[in-house]
Amino acid sequence: MPVRVNLWIMVISVNGVEHQITADPDTALLTILRNHLELTGSKYGCGEGACGACTVLINGRPVHSCITPVSAVAGKDITTIEGLEKNGRLHAVQEAFLAVDVFQCSYCASGMIMSAVALLESNPSPSEEAIRRAMNGNICRCGTYPLIIRAIRHASQT
Amino acid sequence: MEKPDFTIDRRKFLKITGGGLVVALVFKNFSAVAGDIRHGTPTLPASEVGAWIRIGEDGLVDVYTGKVEFGQNIRTSLAQIVAEELKLPMSSVTMIMGDTDLVPYDAGTFGSRTTPQMGTQLRRAAATARDTLVEMAAKKWGTGVAGLKAEDGMIVNGSGKQKLGYGALTKGQQILRTIPDDVPVIAANDWKIAGKSVPKADGRLYISGKHAYVSDMHVPGMLYGKVLRAPSYNAKLVAADTSKAEKMPGVVLIRDGDFVGVAAPDVVTSTRALEMISASWQEETGQPSNGEIFDYLVKNATASGNETGADNKGDVAAGLSQADFQHAQTYHINYIAHVPLEPRAALAEWNGGKLTVWTGTQRPFGVQEELMRAFQLKKENVRVIVPDTGSGYGGKHSGEAAIEAARMSKGAGKPVKLVWTREEEFTWAYFRPGGVVEVAGGVKKNGTITAWKFINYNSGSPGMETQYRAANQQIVHLPSKTPLRQGSYRALAATGNVFARECHMTDLARGIHMDPLEFRMRNLEDDRFKAVLQAAANAFGWHGPKPAGHGFGIAGGFEKGGHIATCAEVSVNEDKEVKVLRVTQAFECGAIVNPHHLENQITGAIIMGIGGALFEKIEFARGKILNSSMSAYRVPRFNDVPKIDVVLLDRKDLPSAGAGEAGIVGIAPAIRNAILDATGVALTTLPMIPNGTLA
Repeated sequence: MPVRVNLWIMVISVNGVEHQITADPDTALLTILRNHLELTGSKYGCGEGACGACTVLINGRPVHSCITPVSAVAGKDITTIEGLEKNGRLHAVQEAFLAVDVFQCSYCASGMIMSAVALLESNPSPSEEAIRRAMNGNICRCGTYPLIIRAIRHASQT
Repeated sequence: MEKPDFTIDRRKFLKITGGGLVVALVFKNFSAVAGDIRHGTPTLPASEVGAWIRIGEDGLVDVYTGKVEFGQNIRTSLAQIVAEELKLPMSSVTMIMGDTDLVPYDAGTFGSRTTPQMGTQLRRAAATARDTLVEMAAKKWGTGVAGLKAEDGMIVNGSGKQKLGYGALTKGQQILRTIPDDVPVIAANDWKIAGKSVPKADGRLYISGKHAYVSDMHVPGMLYGKVLRAPSYNAKLVAADTSKAEKMPGVVLIRDGDFVGVAAPDVVTSTRALEMISASWQEETGQPSNGEIFDYLVKNATASGNETGADNKGDVAAGLSQADFQHAQTYHINYIAHVPLEPRAALAEWNGGKLTVWTGTQRPFGVQEELMRAFQLKKENVRVIVPDTGSGYGGKHSGEAAIEAARMSKGAGKPVKLVWTREEEFTWAYFRPGGVVEVAGGVKKNGTITAWKFINYNSGSPGMETQYRAANQQIVHLPSKTPLRQGSYRALAATGNVFARECHMTDLARGIHMDPLEFRMRNLEDDRFKAVLQAAANAFGWHGPKPAGHGFGIAGGFEKGGHIATCAEVSVNEDKEVKVLRVTQAFECGAIVNPHHLENQITGAIIMGIGGALFEKIEFARGKILNSSMSAYRVPRFNDVPKIDVVLLDRKDLPSAGAGEAGIVGIAPAIRNAILDATGVALTTLPMIPNGTLA
């Protein structure tokens, strides 16, 4: 029995640019971003939506791209960490993370920042409790959580 | 370990430095670097460790070191040290790290030794370079060195009228200097760049997703590899039908004994090809599970030979008989996983007979040796490059992914990248060892410790020695047979050993109705240890009010040059739910190189420690890991983090020590002692409350 290959041609919009891709519709969005489009800012951490390293925004909402089939996002606006910077200017949340000097290994950084951007879009001045709740799906194994909270508060005040 | 080869390093050095420059460098006896880490940080004369500094014609400085950046932020702190001594802005210093073709041999980045050893080396190397530049300027100007000084990348004379940039001075010259042991360095009190919270090097790359970790790398023609895994430990491959996988377009099959790998131009195809392989295995029976592990470790223990070592004195039985209060307890330490957020990854490429592997390892030269052995290659034909990596915590000493990627690349004739899945990282890496610790202590009513007996089965000797005075003591480590592959971890076995000791100290204090802080202070001679205990207690409010249902706990330790004391407050409600409310931790590691990054490191160690203290535990049976996923193996998240206060004691009069590890050892016993204070329940197993409530 030959190996069954099911390929679709899809158009996805990433950071305002439309890409035509040919892939199995069940392929994880993360795989498409990293391997087809060479946007490696979004990270693999667990493959089951449990660590947040792969977080991207779909129509402004945070989504785990490692468990999102690419076919589900065709026609929607996908924003990755690479799309935050505009004309050489960092997003205010990136500026805040830089100013607070948050990270150690930084592997979680992209996912943290994307989740923080989504939080501040929906709640521009969140309490510490609201930050914890919104960010609890993102793991920083180095344990920089207190500085991440500080950076998000910093961003909310600027 | 292969003996480091001076001649290779010398050739390497000449290769790098061919150009106009001044270099201060050194190396006599590299093997001393690998020394014994059990007794803390050995002091080494500057002239024994290899690191070199190159000053280019443009006045920019490259620093070559075998240390690697895994999130300790040493790319920043080492550059600060060099910039300080060379009187240069940070922007003029570039760290070249962890590339075996470019940097001098280094045993690895572990044991909190970067700051005390490499930091000290680079400081002296930079100071030597500075002195050399002053001499060169004096020669050029026909004056003596008196009155000349280094300032902002230039040598300036006394009147300030004559100035020469480093690049102009060194132009066209090759100078090799050995670092004198007595080279004058700038005192910590006079530091302008070191000692300051300089932000993370290349910070912008990381917050914009632009830094390429190994798992992000891509080279032309690269294939994505996948490896067939056994269903359980020690299983032998009986047969593998690879015909379907081999028929898939673009797929290359690599078979070498029990090793079966597939590589394909994209990761979806290689993943699918792996699924197409049907294999049968002969599994090993009789492997122990969690339920019986502690009995197993004790039963299989062997004498270590240090039963009568330096840590043993007097007569423990006699000491116990003199005690007013005796207490014996057995503590249990479960196996835990490092869970670096970036799993193991490697990209391998063969070019002629030369192999290059990019991989995230804490031991680039160790992995180079593993590759030399695996492929029968000479040292000069293996290059290992370690880009800044997504953490390790002691978990990435080894080169599994590097060897697998190299094997597939060799078979495929193309570069191959392999990124382990989370399940592979949980299963095929190694663990912090489980262990059993038996402690017996005796104490007089006045707080004098009459006897101290401490036996560690399997988990290791680091942190076993006690700083508390005991007239009679016996401290023994007994290695055992481990059913799981075990290895290094942040602070090694010290977390479990300090847990056992600090639990037991509080139990002894309670037995004679003495305040646990006072009991510790009475039995300590080390002023640095006393200072952190006092600092933590003061900042925490140790003698302050405590609401009903709340408890306070204290613990401390000395590890890898760092002195640490931790206070914790917990609450326990009617449903026996435990909440860690706040933690105060005092830390002292000599002169602080970067206060912000140090505080971050100490905070992170506390948070990582909360995982192993409360809920992290590897579950296993029949040679299988049962919780090999992020959803099944719980690590600390935002909601697990209590209020944390870090008190840093900056001892500018003392050499800087390491700080990556010691910060993890105090949190578990502090929480345990707080739970005991609140409830009278003395917990003895790590993790203590996997489901959040007391039994």
